[in-house]
Amino acid sequence: MCGIAGYLGHLPAGEAQALLQRMCAAIAHRGPDGQGIHVEAEVGFGHRRLAIIDLSEDGAQPMANDDGTVRVTYNGEIFNHVELRSMLEARGRRFRTSSDTEVLLRLYEEFGTECVSHINGDFAFAIWDGARRRLFLARDRMGVRPLFHTMHEGRFYFASEAKALFAVPGIAPEIDPLALDQIFTLWAPIAPRTAFKGIFELPPAHLMIVEEGRTELRPYWALSFPDAGDGDNRPKAELSEELRALLEDATRIRLRADVEVGSLLSGGLDSSVITALAAQLAPGRLRSFGVTFDDPEFDESAWQQTMAQALGVTHHAVACRAGDIASMFPAVIRHCERSVLRTAPAPLYRLARSVREQSVKVVLSGEGADEIFAGYDIFREARIRRFCGRQPESRTRPHLFRRIYPYLPSLQQQSPEYLAAFFGVGVDSPEDPLFSHRPRFRTTAGGKMFFSPELRSTLAGYDAAGELASLLPDDFRRWHPLHQAQYLETRFLLPGYIMSSQGDRMAMAHGVEGRFPFLDHRMVEFASRLPPEAKLNGLREKHILREAAAGLLPPTIANRPKQPYRAPDSASFREANYAVDLLSPVAISATGLFNPATTAKLLEKSRRSGLSGFRDNAAFVGILSTQLLSKDLPKPAPSGA
Amino acid sequence: MSETIHSQIRTFVVDNFLFGDHSAPLADDQSLIENDVMDSTGVLELVSFIEERFGIAMADADIVPANLDSVARIVSFIERKREPVN
Repeated sequence: MCGIAGYLGHLPAGEAQALLQRMCAAIAHRGPDGQGIHVEAEVGFGHRRLAIIDLSEDGAQPMANDDGTVRVTYNGEIFNHVELRSMLEARGRRFRTSSDTEVLLRLYEEFGTECVSHINGDFAFAIWDGARRRLFLARDRMGVRPLFHTMHEGRFYFASEAKALFAVPGIAPEIDPLALDQIFTLWAPIAPRTAFKGIFELPPAHLMIVEEGRTELRPYWALSFPDAGDGDNRPKAELSEELRALLEDATRIRLRADVEVGSLLSGGLDSSVITALAAQLAPGRLRSFGVTFDDPEFDESAWQQTMAQALGVTHHAVACRAGDIASMFPAVIRHCERSVLRTAPAPLYRLARSVREQSVKVVLSGEGADEIFAGYDIFREARIRRFCGRQPESRTRPHLFRRIYPYLPSLQQQSPEYLAAFFGVGVDSPEDPLFSHRPRFRTTAGGKMFFSPELRSTLAGYDAAGELASLLPDDFRRWHPLHQAQYLETRFLLPGYIMSSQGDRMAMAHGVEGRFPFLDHRMVEFASRLPPEAKLNGLREKHILREAAAGLLPPTIANRPKQPYRAPDSASFREANYAVDLLSPVAISATGLFNPATTAKLLEKSRRSGLSGFRDNAAFVGILSTQLLSKDLPKPAPSGA
Repeated sequence: MSETIHSQIRTFVVDNFLFGDHSAPLADDQSLIENDVMDSTGVLELVSFIEERFGIAMADADIVPANLDSVARIVSFIERKREPVN
């Protein structure tokens, strides 16, 4: 796990060294254990190291093969490096280190760009093949690790984070209006677009080849689902048994490290399953970490304690107190490098800091289970909306919406007529490919009322949801509706929102590597073939996971309904003077992206009575984070520096 | 339609839910839900405003889109509620 940076193109040697130094310095937090730079005639690689496997200098990067013709700078982990090493040795490859980086090098020597299909891991890397004069970049299947790139003055640049690209003279950070529209509709930019004009990310499960001035981008893997009615129809017990075996193996290979591996424990089902499996595999040695809140509406500390005691693990509860979110938020946005609509990344930033303070560099996480086993409320909501749509006059069916949102008091008090109206958007269009997400997209997009007239004019006619719909695969329409909804969450929201703002970025801000057993591609492929009712059984979410985890967890945890991870949003900033400054008419006018008058009223309402609805809270956090992003954008380095 | 009630409702809706945004004029008969003006918490804010400003006690059965989902419907509802019962 590390940070990488580099370029392809001609640069004077002295200039190249200095440039790579600056690029690496911008992402030093990703790799506090060392730095390496390599420059040759037309290519330069930089690397910041977080030493986890083979802690010796043998594992240092950029790393070259024996004759120096192939060189790699690599961020991530190959969890099956042990098996790949054996396979490569059997094919005659010889190793000189015990690092997984060398496994990647040898794998490339053996299979070329097809090497990625052999890897079970989370990675983003660049390989320079000097003999072919070819730069090869790749990113893991689920988009756990980030990789950004851009072209400037005829040279190709890449880095783990956009801030390293802004260290290149002449590359000026500028917020992309279309990306802002996408975030204020879909919660995330659609890759390869990023929050910044002209800066792109390599989409998950893609590789890129830069050769003779040409750039080729292509997928090497794709998330897919069977046609409705098809799929894995083996007996439930058999499926559950296979899932249990997969869970154990995915966790086992993610415990491979030459440093201590801890586990995040929120108190919910997913992290409890992973922590329980890890505790079995590392008996008596596991430490777990969980964030707690003063506000009982968000706090899950009692569940964490229940689970920790049941497993006998040493649990560290990390308090996120009133005021912490506001004080951390500017740093959170610097690391996210994008606008966000919720404060949820901030407590995870706090948690990662504590993990690092406990000298732990690697943690397991239960992230990903809600996507692949249908845990999110949105899946149940879509099912109820279809159910209501079949009998629009029913007064009893809308009561079901109350069952899935027990934590939203305002919904509990609504009449069936209002419930039907709130969730009724699109129920008359069951064939809409975005059916499941229409209410969310519409409510979120309500926040665009705060866009400035100039921004609205720039965006006139643009339809972010329409662009998303245009990118769906050809067979999407043949999938079961639950699988369509899962695809939207897993293919777009997981890498674009969860991993980028709550996963990699918050952990790596403190040099902590997150590992996600549920995102093992074998597990993802297994889950995608399952019949929908194995995942969402009636309104019981993650059904098969609960079955597979039977015996691992106390019944209270195993049967606990999904409690979404949330944190207080606009209320977090009541005492934050910087928020008042950044949302002032002067500051809003200076940025030019939002309407000063309406934003002032939003701020005034938040201070007077608090903001209670999702739209207004999301707009508040979205505007504030955009203002922070704009304020903190690095000033472009002068050309020729 | 009572002008006083109408202007008070319009002002409340525009100020409270649209934050003073006049860029897309809100027609009196426009649905507040379908046009993203009001969400579930907004309904409760609206009910609280009507009760406090107009002295109307709203029963659960009153809190339905048929009474509250546009400026015109809200005004009409308040007028009906304020009429003396014969």
